[in-house]
Amino acid sequence: MNAMTDKPSSQPQNLRTLSYSEAIREAMAIAMEADPTVILMGEDIGVYGGAFQVTLDLVDRFGTDRVMDTPISELGGAGVAVGAALTGLKPIFEFQFSDFAMLAMEQIVNQAAKLRYMLGGEASVPVVFRLPAGSGTGAAAQHSQSIEAWFGHVPGLKVLQPATPEDAKGMLLAALADPDPVMIFEHKLLYKMKGHVPEGSYLTPIGKALVRREGTDVTIVAGSIMLHRALEAAERLAKDGINAEVIDLRCIRPIDHETILASVRKTGKLMVVYEGVKAFGVGAEISAMVAESDAFDFLDAPILRLGAADAPVPYNPDLERASVPQVDTIEAAARRLTRREV
Amino acid sequence: MTQPDNRPFAIRTYAPNQLREALKRMYLIRRFEEGAEDSYMRGLIHGTMHLSIGQEASAMASCMELTDDDKITSTHRGHGHCIAKGAEVGRMFAEFFGKETGYCHGRGGSMHIADVKTGNLGANGIVGGGLPIAVGAALSAKRLGKSDVTICFFGDGANNEGAFHEALNMASVWKLPVVFICENNGYGMSTSIARSTSVKHIADRAVAYSMPGVTVDGNDFSAVAEAVHHAVARARAGEGPSLVENLTYRWRGHSKSDRNRYRTKEEIEEWMTRDPIARFRAELIAHGVLDEASADAIEAAAIADMEAGIEFAKASPAPSISDVTRYVYAEN
Repeated sequence: MNAMTDKPSSQPQNLRTLSYSEAIREAMAIAMEADPTVILMGEDIGVYGGAFQVTLDLVDRFGTDRVMDTPISELGGAGVAVGAALTGLKPIFEFQFSDFAMLAMEQIVNQAAKLRYMLGGEASVPVVFRLPAGSGTGAAAQHSQSIEAWFGHVPGLKVLQPATPEDAKGMLLAALADPDPVMIFEHKLLYKMKGHVPEGSYLTPIGKALVRREGTDVTIVAGSIMLHRALEAAERLAKDGINAEVIDLRCIRPIDHETILASVRKTGKLMVVYEGVKAFGVGAEISAMVAESDAFDFLDAPILRLGAADAPVPYNPDLERASVPQVDTIEAAARRLTRREV
Repeated sequence: MTQPDNRPFAIRTYAPNQLREALKRMYLIRRFEEGAEDSYMRGLIHGTMHLSIGQEASAMASCMELTDDDKITSTHRGHGHCIAKGAEVGRMFAEFFGKETGYCHGRGGSMHIADVKTGNLGANGIVGGGLPIAVGAALSAKRLGKSDVTICFFGDGANNEGAFHEALNMASVWKLPVVFICENNGYGMSTSIARSTSVKHIADRAVAYSMPGVTVDGNDFSAVAEAVHHAVARARAGEGPSLVENLTYRWRGHSKSDRNRYRTKEEIEEWMTRDPIARFRAELIAHGVLDEASADAIEAAAIADMEAGIEFAKASPAPSISDVTRYVYAEN
């Protein structure tokens, strides 16, 4: 059992495992088998199999009408997906890198997110955007960002961050079942991670965080790859008698207030760990939410945020590693916080 | 040997009742916008609005062959498209007045009027915003095996947006049933075509995307109807998209903030002599579809509809303040 796998406690050894990318692919195949209106769109997702080989051979199974290579036109492509969703299809649109969603902000933010509201509830845009995100691949500043918090600021969107293969599949199926636009940020370093994935169709509830590790001394909220780093840090802390509670955030919008508040009331200390730039990020929202709640009275130390350096993601591998929270930095911060040396 | 039919396209193609209805709707567009403008001046409507007075033939003649299954996407200057597609002016006024009975329950206002159920995918506050959406609607029709077409209205300003170029390219690559209709009224807000656009005619851009492109007199109902007829037929036959450029002119300013410092009074007055409604009315009378009295009756009926619409809007309830976040997400 390494820190990359899900639910360490009670799983029998013979459960089926898939990689995170296999789990996503299985979700897409299940949805396409079940519903002829589900189509895939994106750059090089057909015969090439996607930049991260997530769609892989789906074009062989479902044909080019349903696995559509788009031109390199992120704005137009995303807009076509929005228009198709508005008129009866359920497109899953893959951005090759989440960074490229910036080219499509107009269609995501001004159109997809707002259409239901602007039209007084008389329209539905059931589009799913898949976005490979995060650093750690040496691809530097324009291919390594973690911009999920940007979309957390947009009413009308739902923003998911699966940390495990099981959630990667269940969240994609839940996103497809949702009548509103959903953005799923998949971490590039997790694509090869293996874990148990149930067979068949199941939905991971949108908007529910999950306590992945129970503890009493400090609450660590983390999502995506930061969950695994936080869990590993928690194992190290446990050796010194510090029991961290680790919450998998899973969903940035809507955010699960109750799970976080309940944990803070128990531990009295809160750390938020995320890969986006620290300022104005997920940590700010969660910190403020706790500060505005009754859980504030339970805090016995300042809230601590660990996010990316206030810089673009650098190329040099040592700089790149240093620019985002790692197991060591999470561990050290938790030690400071539990000793109240912050 | 039969004589060639030299009558205008619309006269020889559409039944008299269709032509009368078209004239009625053109009057309705004009009176609706005048009514909206008047209501704005009286302080009954807040915000802003973009009037298409002078462009009515482009909207109406482009929608002659559409059913409720066909789609349109529209623009910030979209009242005419709405009415041409079949919208009720009462519900449009109600939207302007911010009322619960409006097309968007008062959440959208002038720039977002839509009626998805009857194929009106909505006006759009973003220049070029509707272009990729129209291509998506056409993709749906093709994938779902329907014969629907999508008419995508946009202005000359949008032709310099990236979305225009990406949308036309994809529509052409995938041979989708969409008709791009550029309403070239000469100005993107204050900036003229000559100062903003590298081609003489926007329809010239069609060549770059391997589709037919035609420029017509957008104030000539028959000219627009004929160009769009061929484009719609091509789309329904699965032969792909077309670009139609309707040369027209807005009599009013860009929006309510316009001080009219970029065009001359003479230019505006010259275009007002090419009133598309007066021309269409004269054409219908000349070919015996109408007489003056019945044309007057049609105009009076449009005025009555407009006035009834305003009364409906005034009498309608406002949304509940407690519903401010309603419709952000689907309700279970």
